[in-house]
Amino acid sequence: MGHRISVTINGTVHEAEVESRLLLVHFLREVLGLTGTHIGCDTTNCGACTVLLQGRAVKSCTVLAVQADGREVMTVEGLARNGQLHPVQEGFFEKHGLQCGFCTPGMMMSAYALLQQNPNPSEGEIRWGISGNLCRCTGYVNIVEAVKYAAEKMRATPAAAELERS
Amino acid sequence: MVISHALGARIKRREDPRLITGRAIYVDDLNFAGMVHVAIVRSPHAHATIRSIDTTAARRAPGVVAVWTGEDVKARCGPLPVGPRIKEMKAPKRFPLVIDGVVRHVGDPVAAVVATTMDAARDASDLVEVDYEPLPSVQDPEAALEPGAPILHQDLGTNVCFRMTYGGGNVEEAFAGADVVVKTRIVQQRLIPAAMETRGVVAQYKGGELTVWTSTQIPHVVKTTLAETVRLPEHEIHVIAPEVGGGFGSKLDVYGEEGLVAALALALGRPVKWIESRRENFIATIHGRGQIDYVELAAHHDGTVAGLRVRAIADLGAYSQLLTPGVPTNTGLMCCGCYRIPNAHAEVIGVFTNRTPTDAYRGAGRPEATFLIERAMDLLAAELKMDPVEVRRKNFIPPAAFPYKTPTGAVYDSGNYERALDKALERADYRALRDEQAKLRKQGRYLGIGIATYVEITGLGAVAGLSGGNWESATVRVEPTGKVTVLTGTSPHGQGEETTFAQIVSDRLGVPVEDVVVLHGDTRAVPHGVGTFGSRTTPVGGSAVYVAAEKVKDKAVQIAAHLLEAAPADISTDGARFTVRGSPERSVEFKDVARMAYKAYKLPAGMEPGLDVTHFFVPKERVFPFGTHLCVVEVDPDTGEVTFRRYIAVDDCGNILNPLLVAGQIHGGIVQGLAQAIYEGVTYDDEGQLLTGTFAEYVVPQATDVPAFELDHTVTPSPHNPLGAKGVGEAGTIGATPAVVNAILDALAPFGVKDLQMPITPRRVWEALEGNSASR
Ligand code: FES
Ligand code: FES
Repeated sequence: MGHRISVTINGTVHEAEVESRLLLVHFLREVLGLTGTHIGCDTTNCGACTVLLQGRAVKSCTVLAVQADGREVMTVEGLARNGQLHPVQEGFFEKHGLQCGFCTPGMMMSAYALLQQNPNPSEGEIRWGISGNLCRCTGYVNIVEAVKYAAEKMRATPAAAELERS
Repeated sequence: MVISHALGARIKRREDPRLITGRAIYVDDLNFAGMVHVAIVRSPHAHATIRSIDTTAARRAPGVVAVWTGEDVKARCGPLPVGPRIKEMKAPKRFPLVIDGVVRHVGDPVAAVVATTMDAARDASDLVEVDYEPLPSVQDPEAALEPGAPILHQDLGTNVCFRMTYGGGNVEEAFAGADVVVKTRIVQQRLIPAAMETRGVVAQYKGGELTVWTSTQIPHVVKTTLAETVRLPEHEIHVIAPEVGGGFGSKLDVYGEEGLVAALALALGRPVKWIESRRENFIATIHGRGQIDYVELAAHHDGTVAGLRVRAIADLGAYSQLLTPGVPTNTGLMCCGCYRIPNAHAEVIGVFTNRTPTDAYRGAGRPEATFLIERAMDLLAAELKMDPVEVRRKNFIPPAAFPYKTPTGAVYDSGNYERALDKALERADYRALRDEQAKLRKQGRYLGIGIATYVEITGLGAVAGLSGGNWESATVRVEPTGKVTVLTGTSPHGQGEETTFAQIVSDRLGVPVEDVVVLHGDTRAVPHGVGTFGSRTTPVGGSAVYVAAEKVKDKAVQIAAHLLEAAPADISTDGARFTVRGSPERSVEFKDVARMAYKAYKLPAGMEPGLDVTHFFVPKERVFPFGTHLCVVEVDPDTGEVTFRRYIAVDDCGNILNPLLVAGQIHGGIVQGLAQAIYEGVTYDDEGQLLTGTFAEYVVPQATDVPAFELDHTVTPSPHNPLGAKGVGEAGTIGATPAVVNAILDALAPFGVKDLQMPITPRRVWEALEGNSASR
C-alpha cells in the first residue's frame, strides 16, 4: 500500500509515494539519493543515520518515512550554506575529528542538535551528547575538540550560525 | 618537529571536505539502472551437513531474479585464496558459497538470492529451505586439539592448520639455572573489528570489462585473485575501492562475497549489489585475536630475565582466510618485546574451530605478543617485589645494540626504549603517583598504575598470500601545467595519506600541497600495488612516493639546466622556479619546465619526454616502532568499576610527517586496545551460536566510555627508508591493552588478584574480589 507523503528536507519540499515499511533513512538514501546519511547497523545502536526531525536528532533507521510526513528534516547535506561550511563542519575539519568519515555525518548532526540546546557544553556534556553515535576510528578525542571549536565559533557569531537557517 | 615546510607540519586533511559535506561515495551509495540486490542465506548451525536445499518457493517470490547454491558456484567459480603459504600448512579450499555440503560455522554462506530490490531479496531468502543434519561441533581451540574432537575438514584429517616454532639459545638450561619462574595462561578473547561501514560489493559487467566496487583495503590483490575465482583474464577486471568506512584489518581479505557478486554480475548481465548487514558483519566478516597463550618467564633474583617459553594456540575459526596463519605467527616472532632475552622458545599452533574465521585485526599478532610479555614482566616484578619500571629497565635492549636480532628472528632496526619510558614517567610524575597510591590504599581506595613498554613490527606485506613482496608502488606525475598527480598502490581508508603523500611531494618538489592530488584504490588508474594494512602505508607507500618525487625532481632539474644552458649541478630550486646559482636573472618557472617536458622539442639529447615517474619501493628491512603507555585507574572494590584517572602515551614512530594525523591514529588505536581490556569480547555458547551478535551485546565504546589521552613522543628515525618513518596505525592498540590490564591488576594487588580474564568487566572484578575477600 502506498502512502503519499510530503517532507521538507534541507528546506526543499519532497513529495513521494512510499510503502508503509520504508524507513526514513531509505527514503533519504534510495528515493531522494541523499546518500550522505549512512547506515551502520540494524539495531539502532550506531547513530550513523542521525538526522534532525523537527530540529531534534533522531536515528533515521528507526523512523518510518510516513512519520516524517508534513515535517522538516535536516541532513548533513543541509549543513553547509552557499558553499560556506557550518561551524560544526569546520570544527571537524580543523580538529581532525574524522578519519574514515563514515560516522561523521551522523556525528555532526548529533553535535549540531546538542549545540542548539546547549551552546556552551562542557567536555562531559559533549561526550554525553554524542554518546548515541559510535566512531570506530577517532577515539572521540578530536570529535570532542571539534564540537568545542564549533561551540566557540557559534557563540562568537550566533547570527551567522543560526538565524539564517530558520 | 617540523622537518620542512611540508613534512612534519600540522596540515588539515585534503580528504575532509567531501566527507563532511556528505558527498563522499561509499559502496552502498552506488546505484545503477537495472541493478539487482543480493541477500545471502547463512548457516544457523556451527557444524552440519546439508541434506538438501529447496529453492522453489524463493524462486517464485516477487522480484526474484536468481537463486544460487553451491552447485551454481561449483559450475562457475574457482577457489578463493587461503593464506600465506606457511611451511606444512594444511588449508582447506574456500569458495563463495559452501560447495561440499558441510557448513562449518554460524554464518557460513549456503545460498544467494538475487532480486530487484533489497527488501525482495531479503524476503525471498527466508523462503529458501535448507535441511541440515547437525554435527558435533568444537568451539574451543584446545578442545579441537584433543583426540576424538570433531574434525572440521575431513580431507585434512586434523584440526591443526600449522605448527611453527621460533626461538634460539638454550631455554631448558636457562630455566634450570633461574632463581624464579613466573607462569601465566592468557586468553586473548576474540574481538569484532566492527568498522562502522560494513562490507559491500557492487559489480557490473559491461563492454567486456568486469568492474567491482568493494569496500576493501587491498583492491589490487582482489583484482588478481578474482581472476581465478571468476575465471576471467585479469586485464578484464577493474577493481575500485571507493570511500571505505574503516577496515582495521577486517577488509584486508578476499571474501567470498566479492567473488559471488562478481560471478552473479557476469552470469546475469546486470549490475549486482550486496551490502552486508551489521548482523552479518558480526558472523561473516573476520574476527580478531582468539589466542590462548601459555607463558613462562625465568629470571634471576636481580630481575634479569634468563629465558622465555611461549605456547600459543590460535583459534583460526573454520577456514584460513587471506592472512589467517600470518597473525599468530607474528606473536611468535615478536614475543620477546623490548627485552634482551637470550633464550626464548615459542611454539605457535593454528587450530580450526567451528567459528567465524579469524584474521588480521588492528595489531594482528603483535598485541598478543606485547600483552604476554608485558603481563609476564609485571608478574615477575611482583614475584621479586621490584618496581615494574625497574624490571623493564634492567632488561631493555640498550640503544647501542641496534640493529638487534631477537632469538625469535626479528631484527629490530632502531630504538631507545628507556627514553620513551622516562618521558612517560616524568610526565606522569611516577614517584608522586606511587606515593598517592600508598596513601589512598590506607583509605581503602585502590589506585592502579599500569605500564606497557612495547615494540612492534610494521611494513609487513612479504607474504605469498599477497603480491609476494614487501614493496609498494607510486607514480608522481607532473602534469603539463605544473600540477601534480600522485598514484599510490596503497589504499587508505581514513588514515589520511591523500594529505601526507601530498606533503611528501610538496617537500621534494617544492610545489604547494594544494597543487598535489593523490589517487588510490582504482586498479585502472593506479599501477599494481599492495594496499593499506600493517602500518605500512607511510613507511613503504610513502617512501615509494618519496623516491618517485626525487626522480621527477632530478629530471626537472636536467630539463631546466638544458633550457638555461647550464650544468644540472648549478641549478637551485625553490619549487616555483629553477635558477642558475649565482645568476638570479637566469631562471625558469617550474610550470614551464613541466610544459617543456611534454612539448619535448628542447629536451636534453636522448631524454624521454614527460615528467612522470613510477617507482616500486622495496624497503631494506622491516621497521620497529615502540613506546611506553602508562595508565592510571581507580578501581571501586564494591562495584568492580574501573575509572580512568590518566592515560599517557609516548610513542616513537620515527619521523612524524603530520602530527595531527599521527595523534588521530594513536587516539583511535588506544581506544581499540583499551576496549579489549575492559569492554569488548566475543562470546559463543557451547553450540557455536554467537551471543554477542549486535552492538547491544558487543560493547564498542561510546564517547562516554573512554577518557582523553595525553600524548607525547620521542623520535628515533628508521634507517631503512628515506622518510625515517616507522608507521603508527597500530601502536596505540598494541600499547593500550597491557597498560590498562596492568593498571587494573596493580590496583587489585592488595587483594592478591594476579590475573583477570579480559574484558575485565565490573562483574569480573567484583567476583574476583569476592573470592579474595579475606585480604580486605
Ligand atoms: S543505522 Fe545504526 S543507528 Fe541507525
Ligand atoms: S571516522 Fe571512521 S567511524 Fe568515525
